[in-house]
Amino acid sequence: MKFLVCISKAPDTTTKIAFTDNNTKFNNDKVVFIVNPYDEWYALVRALELKEKLGGTVTVINVGATDCDAIIRKALAIGADDAVRIDAEPIDAMFVAKQIAQYVKANAYDLVLCGKETIDYNGSEVGGMIAGLLDWGYVSLASSLELNGDLATLNREIAGGYETVVVKTPFVLSAAKGMAEARIPNMRGIMAARTKPVAVVPVFACENYTTILSYELPKEKTGVKLVSPDNVDELVSLLHNEAKVI
Amino acid sequence: MPILVFVESANGIFKKSNFEAVSYGARIADQLRTDSFVINFEDLSDDVLKSLGDFGASKVYRVKNDSLKNFDAGFYAKVLFDIAQKLNATTVIFSFDYSGKAIAPVLAAKMNAGFVAGAIDLPMIDGVIMKIRKNVFSGKAIATYAIHSENKIVALTPNTVVPITTENRCSVENLEVAINPSDSKVKVKEVVKASGKVTLSDADVVVSAGRGLKGPENWGMVEEMASILGAATACSRPVADINWRPHEEHVGQTGLTVRPNLYIALGISGAIQHLAGVNGSKVIVVVNKDPEAPFFKAADYGIVGDVFEVVPKLNEAFKKFKSVI
Ligand SMILES: Cc1cc2nc3c(=O)[nH]c(=O)nc-3n(C[C@H](O)[C@H](O)[C@H](O)COP(=O)(O)OP(=O)(O)OC[C@H]3O[C@@H](n4cnc5c(N)ncnc54)[C@H](O)[C@@H]3O)c2cc1C
Ligand SMILES: Nc1ncnc2c1ncn2[C@@H]1O[C@H](COP(=O)(O)O)[C@@H](O)[C@H]1O
Repeated sequence: MKFLVCISKAPDTTTKIAFTDNNTKFNNDKVVFIVNPYDEWYALVRALELKEKLGGTVTVINVGATDCDAIIRKALAIGADDAVRIDAEPIDAMFVAKQIAQYVKANAYDLVLCGKETIDYNGSEVGGMIAGLLDWGYVSLASSLELNGDLATLNREIAGGYETVVVKTPFVLSAAKGMAEARIPNMRGIMAARTKPVAVVPVFACENYTTILSYELPKEKTGVKLVSPDNVDELVSLLHNEAKVI
Repeated sequence: MPILVFVESANGIFKKSNFEAVSYGARIADQLRTDSFVINFEDLSDDVLKSLGDFGASKVYRVKNDSLKNFDAGFYAKVLFDIAQKLNATTVIFSFDYSGKAIAPVLAAKMNAGFVAGAIDLPMIDGVIMKIRKNVFSGKAIATYAIHSENKIVALTPNTVVPITTENRCSVENLEVAINPSDSKVKVKEVVKASGKVTLSDADVVVSAGRGLKGPENWGMVEEMASILGAATACSRPVADINWRPHEEHVGQTGLTVRPNLYIALGISGAIQHLAGVNGSKVIVVVNKDPEAPFFKAADYGIVGDVFEVVPKLNEAFKKFKSVI
């Protein structure tokens, strides 16, 4: 089984969000970038578990510039066999999906695993787009994955519960919580990662359909109104009369 | 060129997020002086489908086919692609919910459409360009996107745009499209839903608790508050990780994102990763014994106090309030 795991770089979850160039660019000065948690904790680890059980290879793929090398090494340290970096600044989700779909067309894979969403742009888009471009099946927000030959069984999140689906490889999934438990790379993994192959692939020329014009920060809360613990009736009345939410 | 709005009910009942999407599509259609057509795959009665007309739809198309009883995002996208061609539509609206998140990106790839996933208000339309705001960085910022392709897909975040009722002028029609069941690749074997309880993702009120509750045996008062308020229950991540509460209740950056009208946080510190999943809530109430807890900075109302004292008192007060209104 050949697994391809899509990994994205994302600002560490405690990053203070700020913008430059008249609020048109994210200020990544001093920002620590990590592997997008859904990609690392769930998609990558489940692919590794299945490879350990069933055999095969796990390749990670990233669309990004050289500043993504560190997150690629992290994925290799956790256990991926090799990596592909498509050498381009990701412009939008469709651009990323087209790069990856193009790569998959030229290099046969059985399963493409994405994360549920990137924690910066929160789109949940790339996985479905890759499936659409390849005309493969798509299972979104999968919380478990089992493989039996070319038949996969997955649970996927739906409103108020989950459903169990079956699909034949090849297909694309987006991985949500539950699929696996995060792994911490050990010293051996970190050493091994240094010599694992990272193929740098030139960009596949394509248009993008969206651009970000500007950013803004949400309106600040006006400040919390404190109510005494001995006067909970006042809170109830504020929620009813002032906030009008009960 | 008409605007299409895809809607999927919850077991035959339309929810607020469906009305929001229909109203959103109708208002875009008004701006463009065109029609908005609602597409539904569920074989519902005329009356149920007509209720969508109250929110401005020009027409509701019912697409009937046995193979559509099986939810398959890629297959649905294929059928929607054919429908868009047949109706000469270039813009398709979804709700940014479970089915929208599954279908919309596949359709975007098939239509070569620019896609904004998670719009939070109406677009500004400027010729072929649509400018749309959406939340980014888990609600810590808002970005304005421009879609500049001819084809466009927008998925609307629930609970962000108030649906507007109009005079019902809508008709229901069956739409005939060629559907090839063998195009479906993903088969649903089983659907498991928690019954009876209010589902977290579309609850108006959410009562959530964290490690301050000390142990799973203390959740009775949390559930009681939820039941008095008709609310769903949620929790912080460590609480789900140590199995005090089921994983489906975990909200935050790595769990579910919720945007209720009222979010009540009991004994939760308000770490940034927790806030990322709840900061879209209209009103936040925090009960925490530590006045320095970061959650108070994100709250509208707060009580500095011990949950074991405050929550039982609050439950009495909510009960009294509910019995008089
Ligand atoms: C990458 C990453 C992703 C994460 N994702 C999430 C996520 O999705 N969701 C999430 O929730 N967390 C997430 N976390 C964890 C997050 O950082 C916090 O650790 C977590 O939210 C803390 O949970 P808590 O507030 O329940 O517990 P604690 O931090 O232990 O806080 C307990 C609070 O209860 C108060 N308290 C204690 N006793 C009482 C009492 N008797 N009465 C009143 N108040 C009391 C305390 O003052 C304290 O503020 C993530 C962390 C990382 C690194
Ligand atoms: N630049 C990228 N390179 C590789 N994979 C990506 C990239 N951006 C997003 N992805 C994958 O697509 C998933 C969904 O991203 P998004 O659609 O941006 O929410 C992520 O969890 C990754 O698995």
